[in-house]
Amino acid sequence: MAKVLLFGPLRDLAGWREREIEASDLASLRALIANDDPVLGEALTGKGVQVAVDQAITRAETALTARSEVAFLPPMSGG
Amino acid sequence: MSVRLQDEAFEPGALLTVFSEGRTKTGAIVSFTGIARADQGDATILELEAYPGFTEAEIGKIAAEAETRFSLHDLMVVHRTGKIAPGEAVVFVATAAAHRREAFEAADFLMDYLKSRAPFWKKEHGATGAQWIEPTARDRSDVARWD
Repeated sequence: MAKVLLFGPLRDLAGWREREIEASDLASLRALIANDDPVLGEALTGKGVQVAVDQAITRAETALTARSEVAFLPPMSGG
Repeated sequence: MSVRLQDEAFEPGALLTVFSEGRTKTGAIVSFTGIARADQGDATILELEAYPGFTEAEIGKIAAEAETRFSLHDLMVVHRTGKIAPGEAVVFVATAAAHRREAFEAADFLMDYLKSRAPFWKKEHGATGAQWIEPTARDRSDVARWD
């Protein structure tokens, strides 16, 4: 079970911050989320949303293990 | 070099005092403090969310780049998370270098990065509800100056 984390507006949209999801790679993880919540699924592919697997930004459809931590990061703003 | 996130309020003067102590080779120290603003008396509360571990590591990478790029002797970044009331400090950056130009530029560089590329998400709670804040066009063009 990969640990999935949502931040910022994605968390508000989904109504959850953290969830365990069984998936072998990022593409199937996205598909599972979209199947459960189409609006969230679409938001995860939105402009400026980055994905970090085990705290490293990735653009590839990375394979996931049972211990993977997958974070969806919407556009950032600090200071 | 020190990068820290904290929920607790901090006093910028106290941080600057500690940062400045015991330096004999440094000729210039620049500090910047960002304050939570309430426009026209609005009771706006800022809420800053970070990704613990990842946020510090990402800021650390940019801080290391700043040290090399501007030949810094040292730097310090303290960033609040959680709910922040108007008038409270949100972010503190201090840089130490041999000469002022490098210290000024490094502080500017670090703040431009923190505003639009560091892993934080910022929400404003105001009289008309809450909304997430994205970087402005100005924030984006500011940070692009360093690319």
